[in-house]
Amino acid sequence: MTIRPTVLAGFAIQALQANKMRSFLTMLGVIIGVGAVIVMMAIGQGTQNQVLSRINQLGANRLTVMAGAQGGPPGRTTSAGNPLTLSDVEDISQLSFVKAVAPTVRGSVVATQGNHTWNTGITGTTPEMADISSLVLQSGRFFNQADLKAASPVAVLGQTAYENLFSYGVDPVGSQIRLQGISFRVIGLLRPVGATAGSDQDDVIYIPVTTAQIRLLGTSNQLVNAITVEVQDQAYMDRVQADITSLLRKKHRLTEAQEDDFRIMNNAQIQEQVESVTGTLTLFLAAVAGISLVVGGIGIMNIMLVSVTERTREIGVRMAIGASKRDILAQFLLEAVLMSLGGSLIGILLGMVATEVFAMVTTWPVAISLSSVLLAVGTASIIGIFFGFYPARHAANLNPAQALSYE
Amino acid sequence: MSTVDQVPLIQCRGITKVYPLSGVEVHALRGVDLNIAQGEMVAIMGASGSGKSTLMNILGCMDRQTGGSYLLEGIDVSTLDDSQLATLRNRKLGFVFQRYNLLARSTALHNVELPLFYAGFSPAEAKKEALLALEQVGLRDLAGHRPNQMSGGQQQRVAIARAVVNHPLVLLADEPTGALDTVSSVEIMQLFQRMHNERGVTVIIVTHEPNIADFCPRKVVMRDGVVVSDDNPSGSHRTMEEA
Repeated sequence: MTIRPTVLAGFAIQALQANKMRSFLTMLGVIIGVGAVIVMMAIGQGTQNQVLSRINQLGANRLTVMAGAQGGPPGRTTSAGNPLTLSDVEDISQLSFVKAVAPTVRGSVVATQGNHTWNTGITGTTPEMADISSLVLQSGRFFNQADLKAASPVAVLGQTAYENLFSYGVDPVGSQIRLQGISFRVIGLLRPVGATAGSDQDDVIYIPVTTAQIRLLGTSNQLVNAITVEVQDQAYMDRVQADITSLLRKKHRLTEAQEDDFRIMNNAQIQEQVESVTGTLTLFLAAVAGISLVVGGIGIMNIMLVSVTERTREIGVRMAIGASKRDILAQFLLEAVLMSLGGSLIGILLGMVATEVFAMVTTWPVAISLSSVLLAVGTASIIGIFFGFYPARHAANLNPAQALSYE
Repeated sequence: MSTVDQVPLIQCRGITKVYPLSGVEVHALRGVDLNIAQGEMVAIMGASGSGKSTLMNILGCMDRQTGGSYLLEGIDVSTLDDSQLATLRNRKLGFVFQRYNLLARSTALHNVELPLFYAGFSPAEAKKEALLALEQVGLRDLAGHRPNQMSGGQQQRVAIARAVVNHPLVLLADEPTGALDTVSSVEIMQLFQRMHNERGVTVIIVTHEPNIADFCPRKVVMRDGVVVSDDNPSGSHRTMEEA
């Protein structure tokens, strides 16, 4: 029969209590290290969450097709540069796994209402856009197929456009506004969305695409700037992107050698890229904080070595009355692990408090994840075992007779 | 007179011990032959440097001999591994040191409980046994005292309680009165005699003081790492009447 683990734990706790100040200072290294890991990972995770939720607002299962070749050096002659047309919209909507398609015609206009004037962008589109872009109305309605067919002069306002055209608190629905001098009836007001990548998504006025082409912009009634495609499931994104590419290449009669004369923006790909970038950022922050955790571990090792030297006679006595090498090793290892685990628990609490304070002071987005807590505790216990092992083994390998005669 | 068929508790044959000390080999023991029978009380005497403490460490399984053989209860100790030696020290041997070697931050009770804990006792069982041992050395009332709250004689009695609490076969004491005044020394030696008589434990005491050695029926004298005189070299058991 060997010593009971609870009794052994009692020995370790007693030894730590005997030197309270020293034990606390040793733990402090781990406390700061774990706290730093928690705070840094909360910041990294919070940033990632915010960026991803903005992308999700745009719709992760959306593709946007735009006219014009991708990148390329300036002055380089590309293929004919065929524009996108409403017939492309019709053809794309026939592809499999495509849930909805909406064209976009863009233009800059001067909008006036009463004595308010505001330079803004109009987006001419079809009713499908409301679903595809998850547009949420604050009041009124989005335009419907009848408005589209009739090319009705109706408009749905974004929050920024509304704020600049109307006095605060006035419901705009039913009012008349003028775009380039042409009178439009406001039928809906959108909820605020926020900015993405520096551009204000609320500074917009939606009108039917037919109205935009015929009444406002005077462009050909076939050409569109972009086509937004909603795919049934994110899993089919690449498949649909490939189908659209081959469809448009065929329609544009491009040869094998010619490059695409259009671009396709894949939100899922953008999301993946953002995830990978912010994930790397989070890891980097955690690694920097992790260094201080390792320094804390070295502190534990240092103090344990001092402790073993100081308690050489005690170790000799324990061996003389029957402690085996294993008992001595376990006791000193336990002391190190208790210090690093205790330090990590305090560090987690402190890190959580610091994270909240940081978030309140800076309004930076933060998110404490369970994985960061588990990572911190796991790392701390591994550090305790790793840095505690050498001093503990040193203690266990002492010769009892020599340890007892140690001065 | 001797009972030849009885195997001695301790059998040493040609024990040598060499310490490498800064490049020079120090021969602490140069061939010690010694038999000690179950139930003897032996004094090992000699000047400092005679090798008596080194012999004590080997007899107590705290150190390994360089050469020769040491049989305890007929078992060759050199064949045992470190953890078996630890068990041996815990169950069969009890140590008393010149400087008591109690854990300074622990109470008398906890110090006496320690060997029981290493034997796997639960805290409740250990406390019961330890209090009995403290009672036997007359210190039950001081169970909650720390070493610095006790006199030297009291500390050494706690150390004796710690040494006998696991009911060992052999009680080994290295200069147990070396740090004590005359009155306390006599008290301690009387306590060893009582343990010997009441428990039948074999007692081996290392000392350089003749009046301390006089408490023991058998005296072994060492000089320069060998035994130079022995009252009873056969190691057979002698009863008090025979002596």
